[in-house]
Amino acid sequence: MPTNPFHTPPPPQDFAATDPPVQQRSRRVRLNRMRRHLWNHVVTGLAVLSTVIVIAPLVAILAYLIYKGASSLNLAFFTHIPAPVGELGGGMANAIVGSGMILAVASVLGIPVGIGAGVYLAEFGRGGWLAAAIRFTADVLNGVPSIVMGIAIYSLIVMRQKHFSALAGGVALAIMMVPTITRTTEEMLATVPHAIREAAYGLGVPRWRTVLSVTLKTASPGIITGCMLAFARVAGETAPLLFTAFGNQFWSLRLNQPIAALPLQIYVYAISPYDEWHRLAWGGSLVLIVLIMVSVTLVRIYANRGVLKGAS
Amino acid sequence: MSSPIISVAQNPRQTDPSGAPQGSPVQQDVGPEAPKSAVRQFLMSRSSGKAADTTFSAIMLMCALSIFAIVLFILFILIARSKLSLSQFGFKFFTRSAWDPVSGDFGAFSFIYGTLATSLLALLVAVPLALGVAVFLTELCPQKLRAPISFVTELLAAIPSIVYGLWALFVLVPIMRDQLGPVLTKYFGWTHLFNGYNFGLNLLSASIILAVMILPIISSIARDIMLAVPISQREGVLALGATRWEMIRMGVLRNARIGIVGAIILGLGRALGETMAVTMVIGNHPEIPKSLFSPGYTLASVIANEFSEATGDVYLSALIEIGLALFLVTIVVNVIARALVWAVTRGAPARAH
Repeated sequence: MPTNPFHTPPPPQDFAATDPPVQQRSRRVRLNRMRRHLWNHVVTGLAVLSTVIVIAPLVAILAYLIYKGASSLNLAFFTHIPAPVGELGGGMANAIVGSGMILAVASVLGIPVGIGAGVYLAEFGRGGWLAAAIRFTADVLNGVPSIVMGIAIYSLIVMRQKHFSALAGGVALAIMMVPTITRTTEEMLATVPHAIREAAYGLGVPRWRTVLSVTLKTASPGIITGCMLAFARVAGETAPLLFTAFGNQFWSLRLNQPIAALPLQIYVYAISPYDEWHRLAWGGSLVLIVLIMVSVTLVRIYANRGVLKGAS
Repeated sequence: MSSPIISVAQNPRQTDPSGAPQGSPVQQDVGPEAPKSAVRQFLMSRSSGKAADTTFSAIMLMCALSIFAIVLFILFILIARSKLSLSQFGFKFFTRSAWDPVSGDFGAFSFIYGTLATSLLALLVAVPLALGVAVFLTELCPQKLRAPISFVTELLAAIPSIVYGLWALFVLVPIMRDQLGPVLTKYFGWTHLFNGYNFGLNLLSASIILAVMILPIISSIARDIMLAVPISQREGVLALGATRWEMIRMGVLRNARIGIVGAIILGLGRALGETMAVTMVIGNHPEIPKSLFSPGYTLASVIANEFSEATGDVYLSALIEIGLALFLVTIVVNVIARALVWAVTRGAPARAH
């Protein structure tokens, strides 16, 4: 720092001379200081306590679920259809297959639409008012209760067809998947560096090819993550299936007929008065939650590995 | 599908038999004697033409517009199917508490009351805890613990409603009936909140399980919002000699308050529409509950319970009208919440779970 001849530095101030010594500070100041530090510790303690209180139910639920569920799982659970009331044994094979079919229908319908909407938001409509409005609507749609989806699809499909069907259940779940997939797809596409797109344009690749084989491909791990999250979310949904898929005590592989689903079966068994059915409900819950936890954990590991490693 | 890119690159070789240095396609295009290969012409006319791009962007736009369509369609179909009840009961539907399927007399007030009571009670329990977790995760937590704890709270959000319901029905309800209930009546009976016979299937059980379910939503959004507060705010307050709590209060919470309100309202939206777990433990009794130990009924659980056995058009139409009310209320709540959250995070997506 160059010295300035016109600037004389202020004389060093002797704080020790002007401030009263520590011992003579007023009682109020000391009390205030103590109060502040005490309060600091109290609040820190409360924050830690609330974290413990929040984690406790998860541990309680999982532990109880594993304890009750594991004891009721056996081979018959996965290979048999439900036994009539009063008979021991029986399983949920039809519900597991039914859930799989409904989820397959939902994925086939929901994933392309969701990704398409995400592509529009990120690639074509970026910055426009239409994209902002669609984004907002997607977020709002995400918060619409699942039971409302159920009665809307009931009114649209079941009332027309005059019977419940697996297809209707699939459509209801597909609608629930769309907003989640749209938002994650958009988010992931936005992280793709613009240079990659420009490189493709520079080679004369048309825009649609750029989006399909360059941008989407670069962002694909993130998009798959989003799809799995949406899948995990709707896999446990019961309310939209109550009046669409309806449930079925027997084998059914037809999309046009009522079909059993794991969450529905758990609900029916849980509110029934029979111990044997309660046992099956716990087993079903364990299967359901393992399915969901595995997909969420996979997503987490995948996402942590760096979605776009090497892309930038 | 990879042919267009490759053929574009290979084209110069085909069109240039003289062996001139390659990689100068511009020159060849300009030259009048260089004829365009059939492949290139095909590509020019089809895939790289304007038509392909327009078609593609139109398809993507259709997908995006389908989101609008879904919301409008739900609204339209719910209004259309509830016309019967709308015209018969009018606005009074929401202020009367009669619910008599036999004589065809319907009013939704007791369900609205039940929904509001359970949701607000759940918020009362969940908000302080959720904010505590968010503060702990953003400000106090050692770096090593941060990821596992966030992961655990996200897992809590991934558990399906039906599993919460099952747990509440077989674990929480007995505890409420045999252990917690008598204690509450003994010590807090003077508030008249805990009077009446306690079956365990009551408003309080429903509110507790609801609180557990909305906790992760509120805490994860509040955490995202607190992380969005610039570090310089914290440093500024600390530099003035504040303790850590004063830093959190003045530097973080005050800056994030709008977004936190948004997160709470988002949690409220989730609580209003939650169906399965509440249906399983609330007792399902269409009467205005007099204490926290009375069974109640919510908008969502009356639909879940009675929709598939509703006989008669008016009954069905009344249930669909309840669905319509639920839809409109959650839309309004979500719009407010999203607007508040967006105001803070500037359009960065708030995670819903």
